[in-house]
Amino acid sequence: MAEMLEVSGITKRFGGLVAVNNVSFSVREKEILSVIGPNGAGKSTLFKLISSFLRPTTGEVRLKGERISGLAPHIAARRGVVRTFQETTIFKNMSVRDNVIIAHHLRSKASLFGFFLGTGTAKADEAAFGQSADEILALLGLSSLAYEIARNLPHGHLRALGIAIGLATNPSILLLDEPFAGMNHDGTMGMVEMVRRLRERGLTILLVEHDMPAVMKISDRLVVLNFGQKIAEGTPAEIQANDKVIEAYLGSEDEAIGL
Amino acid sequence: MTLNRNLKIAAVVAFLAIVFIAVPAAISSSGRFDLYYTLTSVALLSIASAGVWLTFYIGRINIGQGAYALTGGYVCAILVMNHGWSFWLTLPVAGLFCAAASVLIGLPILRLRGVYFAMVTLVLTEVARLLALALPITNGAKGIVSIPLPGALSVFGITLIPDFATLQNSRLAFYLLAVTLMVVCFAIMYRLVNSRIGKLCQSLQQNEELASSIGVNIAYLRVIAYAVSSFFGGVSGAIFAAISQSIYPSSFTVTDSVNFMLNCFLGGLGYVFGPMLGTLVLYFGWDLLFQTGQFQLLIYSGLMIVLMLVLPNGLLSLAETTRKKG
Repeated sequence: MAEMLEVSGITKRFGGLVAVNNVSFSVREKEILSVIGPNGAGKSTLFKLISSFLRPTTGEVRLKGERISGLAPHIAARRGVVRTFQETTIFKNMSVRDNVIIAHHLRSKASLFGFFLGTGTAKADEAAFGQSADEILALLGLSSLAYEIARNLPHGHLRALGIAIGLATNPSILLLDEPFAGMNHDGTMGMVEMVRRLRERGLTILLVEHDMPAVMKISDRLVVLNFGQKIAEGTPAEIQANDKVIEAYLGSEDEAIGL
Repeated sequence: MTLNRNLKIAAVVAFLAIVFIAVPAAISSSGRFDLYYTLTSVALLSIASAGVWLTFYIGRINIGQGAYALTGGYVCAILVMNHGWSFWLTLPVAGLFCAAASVLIGLPILRLRGVYFAMVTLVLTEVARLLALALPITNGAKGIVSIPLPGALSVFGITLIPDFATLQNSRLAFYLLAVTLMVVCFAIMYRLVNSRIGKLCQSLQQNEELASSIGVNIAYLRVIAYAVSSFFGGVSGAIFAAISQSIYPSSFTVTDSVNFMLNCFLGGLGYVFGPMLGTLVLYFGWDLLFQTGQFQLLIYSGLMIVLMLVLPNGLLSLAETTRKKG
């Protein structure tokens, strides 16, 4: 399988603190790769580095061979690296459908001026976006809530909406920020199904997560961070048998890594 | 859908009939020609307020419109007095000058949010006043006076607008000019807000981080919105200078900037026509309270506080709730 995303020797320093230290790994096409690690391991920083919300101190991130680190977030999104946020990050006062329609912005062929004048291209864009938004909402089981104002949605649906927004940008790789956090077992399993369906549609997925059982179930491969460094990489079975990983998680219950 | 559309068209036609036919007819039959000046002011202030409303729409509290109105006034006055330009040419130039200035100023300050942006824009108004006092070209505290009335506007020898100085009723002419510009301005605003650009602005207002993650160039969009806003400020300032035939550093001050913002609040931040209604109500409200003498400001500010508590979404939200109930 071809490599979709390549993280090479990436380091991020905040003053004297090294949050991410010389981490390298790659994500293959149509793969589900999870980044895990104890609290404070640097997962979130790594996530922001990959989505270009932070600029690396050294090292770089490449998408299909093209360097994307150091670009503005909206440029990285245009290249195809799109992140989701935890559930509060949506357009609260828009309808669910409008949230998804606006996220199609990247695909618009008409310019701002074209939209102002209501040119043919702009109208065609609008129609196509509406249709695509309805498809995405159906895929994520949000159709019945399409005209609800987003801030009124319950927890689980908010997270699905976050993913719908990400999907609408038509990314090459979708970065999911703790998609299972704060969910009960049923919710988690539903989300696991959803992520799998996304992959079946041809998406490459990188997720950062705490919930070990879910991660073990869903991932093709995992990358384990501890104190900003990569300590292991491999399939779920390999990771569960890895001494360094067990050591890093010592003190937390064995259950946490699915033993 | 079609019913809704017909209703909208009817509302627009009714509005145009009122401002262009009914109001002038009522004024000439009652002989209250001073009302022209008042209504012209309302129209011009509502243009500047519409600009402020647009910056609210991208999630920024703008208390700096006075600076652009003042700049627009001076650009118009200087070009007419020192360089002999036609007023009609200075009008777009004043707007464009303000838009260009706002791009330069906006690039750094639009990174700020909330109260920080508000504070900087507040200072901007004061800076503009002090600049007008200090710069040699603006003639200091004496200001620029005796600006001639707008001349004739002809294209290819056809006179579109006659020389204002030759008119018997230049007040009516200014009224028609201001109202026409107001209609154009709000038509532009309506189109902006109801196209995709409006949705993009809303996305900025609600969550800039998310907007940039879906590929919206937030810095660019913010500057564009701010430039349009300042353009409106500049144009309205330029006409004010032409009407009063003078411009002073104190023509637009912090109070005016605050009023532009209040107009938006009062009308409703969620409604394109909010600033127009807000300006009308505030302007006449202030005048009506004139008889209360020394209590004028007290009653006025008290009423404002109550209104904001009772109607946080502005006067136009009243229409919405009745529509829902009915």
